Amino acid sequence: MTTPHPLETRVVSRRFDQPDAHTLAGYLASDGFRALEKALAMAPDKVIEEVKASGLRGRGGAGFPTGLKWSFVPKQSPREKYVLCNADESEPGTCKDRLILEYDPFAIIEGMLICGHAIGAHRGYIYIRGEYRYLLDRMEQALAEARAAGYVGKNIRGSGFDFELHAHTGAGAYECGEESALMESLEGKRGIPRLKPPFPAVSGFMGGPTVINNVETLASIPPILLNGGAWFAAFGPPKNGGTRLFCLSGHVERQGVWELPLGFPLRKLIEDLGGGMRNGAKLKAVVPGGSSTPLLPGNVAWDLNLDFDSVAKVGSFLGSGGVVVVDENTCMVRFALRIMQFYRHESCGWCVPCREGTQWLQTSLTRFHNGGGRAADVDLMKEVSENILGRTFCALGDAAAMPTLSILQHWRQEFLDHLAGKPCPFGARTTAGAVGAH
Amino acid sequence: MSPFSPQLEARFRELMQRYPARRSALVPMLLYAQDELGWLTPAAVQRIAELLAETELAVREVIGYYSMLRTEPTGKYHVQVCTNISCLLRGGDELYAHCERRLGVGHKQTAADGVFSLEEVECIGACSWAPAVQVNYDFHQELTVEQLDKILDAYAARARGERTDS
Amino acid sequence: MADPALVHLTVNGQPLQVPAGTLLIEACKQHGIEVPSFCYYPNLSLQAACRMCLVEIEKMPKLQTACTVVVSEGMVVNSDSETVHRARKSAIEFILTNHPLDCPVCDAGGECELQDMTFKYGAEQGRFVEPKRHREEQQWSPVVYFDRPRCILCYRCVRACGEGMDVWALGVANRGINATIIPSHQDHLECEECGNCIDICPVGALTSGAYRYQTRPWEMQHVGAICTFCGDGCKTTLGVRNGEILRGDNRDKSGINGDFLCIKGRYGLDFTRHPERLKQPLARRDGELQPVSWGYALETAAKRWREIQKAQGAIGVIGSTRILNEEAYTLQKFARQVLGTPHLDHHRTADFPALFDALAGRGAESLARLDDLKTAPAVLLVGGDPTPQHPLTAWNLRWGYRQHKTRLYVLNSGDIKLRRQAYRYAQVASLAAAVRYLNGEGEAQSAPLTGVAEPSEKRWPQTPAAEVARLDEGLQDFRARLRQEQDVIIVFSGDIAGDSVRDLVAFGNSLSGQTRYLALADNANARGAADMGLYPDLLPGYVPVAAGQAGLNLEQMLAALPRQGLASLYVVGANPFRSHPVAAGDLKQTFLVVQDLFLTETARQADLVFPALCAYEKAGTVTNTGGQVQPQRRGGGCEGAKSDLEILHRLAAAMGEAAWGAADPDRTLQEIRAQVKGYDLPLAKLLAGEAPLALPLNGRVPRAAADLPLRPHHDTLFTAGTLGRYSATLNSVMEGRADKR
Repeated sequence: MTTPHPLETRVVSRRFDQPDAHTLAGYLASDGFRALEKALAMAPDKVIEEVKASGLRGRGGAGFPTGLKWSFVPKQSPREKYVLCNADESEPGTCKDRLILEYDPFAIIEGMLICGHAIGAHRGYIYIRGEYRYLLDRMEQALAEARAAGYVGKNIRGSGFDFELHAHTGAGAYECGEESALMESLEGKRGIPRLKPPFPAVSGFMGGPTVINNVETLASIPPILLNGGAWFAAFGPPKNGGTRLFCLSGHVERQGVWELPLGFPLRKLIEDLGGGMRNGAKLKAVVPGGSSTPLLPGNVAWDLNLDFDSVAKVGSFLGSGGVVVVDENTCMVRFALRIMQFYRHESCGWCVPCREGTQWLQTSLTRFHNGGGRAADVDLMKEVSENILGRTFCALGDAAAMPTLSILQHWRQEFLDHLAGKPCPFGARTTAGAVGAH
Repeated sequence: MSPFSPQLEARFRELMQRYPARRSALVPMLLYAQDELGWLTPAAVQRIAELLAETELAVREVIGYYSMLRTEPTGKYHVQVCTNISCLLRGGDELYAHCERRLGVGHKQTAADGVFSLEEVECIGACSWAPAVQVNYDFHQELTVEQLDKILDAYAARARGERTDS
Repeated sequence: MADPALVHLTVNGQPLQVPAGTLLIEACKQHGIEVPSFCYYPNLSLQAACRMCLVEIEKMPKLQTACTVVVSEGMVVNSDSETVHRARKSAIEFILTNHPLDCPVCDAGGECELQDMTFKYGAEQGRFVEPKRHREEQQWSPVVYFDRPRCILCYRCVRACGEGMDVWALGVANRGINATIIPSHQDHLECEECGNCIDICPVGALTSGAYRYQTRPWEMQHVGAICTFCGDGCKTTLGVRNGEILRGDNRDKSGINGDFLCIKGRYGLDFTRHPERLKQPLARRDGELQPVSWGYALETAAKRWREIQKAQGAIGVIGSTRILNEEAYTLQKFARQVLGTPHLDHHRTADFPALFDALAGRGAESLARLDDLKTAPAVLLVGGDPTPQHPLTAWNLRWGYRQHKTRLYVLNSGDIKLRRQAYRYAQVASLAAAVRYLNGEGEAQSAPLTGVAEPSEKRWPQTPAAEVARLDEGLQDFRARLRQEQDVIIVFSGDIAGDSVRDLVAFGNSLSGQTRYLALADNANARGAADMGLYPDLLPGYVPVAAGQAGLNLEQMLAALPRQGLASLYVVGANPFRSHPVAAGDLKQTFLVVQDLFLTETARQADLVFPALCAYEKAGTVTNTGGQVQPQRRGGGCEGAKSDLEILHRLAAAMGEAAWGAADPDRTLQEIRAQVKGYDLPLAKLLAGEAPLALPLNGRVPRAAADLPLRPHHDTLFTAGTLGRYSATLNSVMEGRADKR
């Protein structure tokens, strides 16, 4: 349970302080399944229109308009349609879906049922990352309760609508957060992403038309249906409807997850919610939306509003809502190395530039950080990153290249300082390579 | 002969019913098999392949892909220290170095007594409660070296207690 | 008006027209624009993994993989821009980061796609200064070695093995930089050992145990020969150094087999180097076979045969299903004209005479080539097990299933591997009865039918066996479904003969559309032996001998031996005593002459043995089981042995036939083209390897007596009659397997 902060606007997190919301009784006591009731009384098209009107954009990282995604699903399909929930939360800096799974699992279920009604699907799966075992258990429990009470299964609450829903565990793979890789994994295969087109809305899980949404996106659906799309849209600036969960971590006094309207100033997030910079240190850099997004220098970040378009304007992405704050005492070479270590470990290995490029950059950054750098390395690492960017099978290559390029651009001097032998604030020890030995 | 308990076999049967094609159950089956056996033994691989009417090769391809799946045993308590960016900024490296010293093992190694094994892991989704460590499936968050020591002490005691009990 | 099925696009300013649905990379290739790639391979699933084929397409912000983009009207492509060249160069640079530069000792050196691409598109200077990741080489089977660091993960081998061979013995383990190809059984392979993974590997990651470290590719001559094992007629390119055949492979893909070659065609040819190869004639002296000169041997044979002719003794001749057309033709001529005997036959494994009899009066449109199986809408397979016995036939059937959703109906008395591609499968006790039933007579046996519900649409199933649905149908439904098909190809093995073949053709003729037929015979030139008249009652081209003039058939000749009924038996390239052992005393009054490569069960009993060359050591033509005629080219040699054609000509000369002259395969081929019905083939096409179809459709083929029985070999994947026993590699694979059991 988390107590609300006065600056928060709790929509998806409105039950986070309710001790029994994860039980069916608790959920029903606080508007639970009322949105479903309302949705089932509406024509499927009307439901999609309402979601479109809310301006809701995907909360997993890509920010694709949710209503539009739903509308791509063909009305008639010879193959079964599916609704999938992406609960493979793995983007470094991001830990918000975890809270929804923990405090409000029924909201996800209700969101999926509404989606199922809207697109004409009768089956869904919630793909939860393997490390979140206690949340899998909690979701299984919620599903069992929902099934027993007739909220999942045949003829839901006498409406004539059938929907079968199960939770499914992953087993450790960041790439399975990519929607088509998730479907491969859900089919019992290696999580290698698929060629697109076709897109999931046309051919997804088991080749059937599939909507796949992030946990937070789906949990936003019931309040949107209850209060109307316009109500939700009003929370944020135009085209950036609603609120979202921001995960603050790094060099702040208070780390945490808060729900704020889109467009909320980053400075206020750090100062008012995060209690300011830790030990009063100066802000050096911000990761605005998870480790895949280009880092912003402190001065740029300081005046930034947290909505999709504002962040895009300064050359980064709002991403998954993972805001990582980095202070002046941090070695950016080490930071770049740790990011690359992650992508090297998580690269599925399918395509050449990502597989070989992340390995190359990790090895070079390790050597460089350990004092073995050469002057040519700085530009070479930039070129290698550019050769990954835009040329890989899926977005993981870009995710590895973008933060690296931003660090090489904004903090080039730190690389030169390493060449000059200046002592590194992290010391000589580098764990990088350990995780790599998969 | 199944290497799994009757309960697990029953659970597998139920799992395989959940999907349009039973192969979908593969990843969960592997993880649950590992939970019961500690690691994916050759017999486990064989049995799961048989249940799904797949080749062992197909099963091994999948095992190798997922970083939580293991084909070698670990300690009773598998200590997973996150050192990814949010944890890095809050002392994840120090926690990891401390574990190495205290347990006397490195990455993906198991201590001689078999109680603890260590692994440096990627982001476990505890960024706003960094630095974090997962022991088996249990999260331990916002840790200092001292707190971690107490936690490891408790696990060590539990291991001793269970051993004398049994 | 533009053809609506054509799409117009522009590549590098050049306007192209290609059929709708074409992949951009293929469109470019068709117009001579090279777009490089490693992972793209025609007719295998798309990967987009190597990123070599990235091109610029207008209105698309990122570079696109030409191997996955389907052309669209008005598309404007640039495959030659600065950006594209940079991307290619960088893809090669990435591939080379962990690829060892051991080209001087790598088997693939000189025929490596990565070398070629680096030469053409790569960076002149390496910028990667980090240590390369090294792993030890692994032996996966007697014939397959894997050098992990050389692997560039193009996944061609995985797909060739799975999608192409339906074996699924290769997979990918781990992920990221640790991703690697793995074999089916952790540290070793258990598979069909076809070696297609080695041929298709663009680098030296997969190498052949039979060839590795023996030579450099440029030191060999590359001779396009026709495989001498089964009757499918695959091309195998022989690598020949100093007259020695070092390898067979299919890298140039110019034969009727396209990408395919099986274990026998690839590895079996080391029988040519077997130490027991016969290299000089042998004559029985004091009860022992002893080396003699060619002159002595030829004279001895001629002298004895003349004596026997004078005494009016019977001479039997048994021909081979592996000798070339020119040799088979000359053998029947030698038997009929020089020895003057009607007792001539060969080891029969398919009833071609019955097929041509039943097809009397119909033309080429009723015969199927092996290739036609790749696009057939429906195929009925009766008897046989093509996977081990006719591997190319099986490959083509799988191809049709995969690429054209061919509905395969299988009628078999056993359970064969092609069941996995079967649309309907009828396992019956008697094929003859089942065929009679199909043709509308007799009762439907209660035959359980199994079939996969529907061929997979897009993603090839990893293990097709998993989703097989049992269908509760009988032979009645099998027939009803077949009757709804159009343009069926009927393939049948030597498991049916005579009237069953006629029943089958009658049924086929009752189906709608154009029904075509393909009979499967066992050895490389079994069809040639039949076409060339190695029968007691049929002359070349299935022309019946005059009434009452038919000789003894093979079974009758062998039965005559204990009764001292044959004064002489001349066996050319056959081993009848293996299946019909004779007692020592049986041959007392029979002068036995054997012509072969090895001292077979038959040769061991001979009075005289002539050492013969094998198919890879001589020139001429062969006819595959579907009737396609192909040139055989001389690869290696064998000092001391002679071609069957030359031996026959020398024997004729020794017998006093001066007009025969010296052996000349070209002259004999001319004679065949003039004399044998259906072999008047265009020489240019024949020599160019176009495999034209022989059409010995002659009207009815009346048999002198009853239809002759058949005796199919039922070879396994690793056996090929007598010949396979002399292949060290085939044997090592079988032994390796036995060890593991």
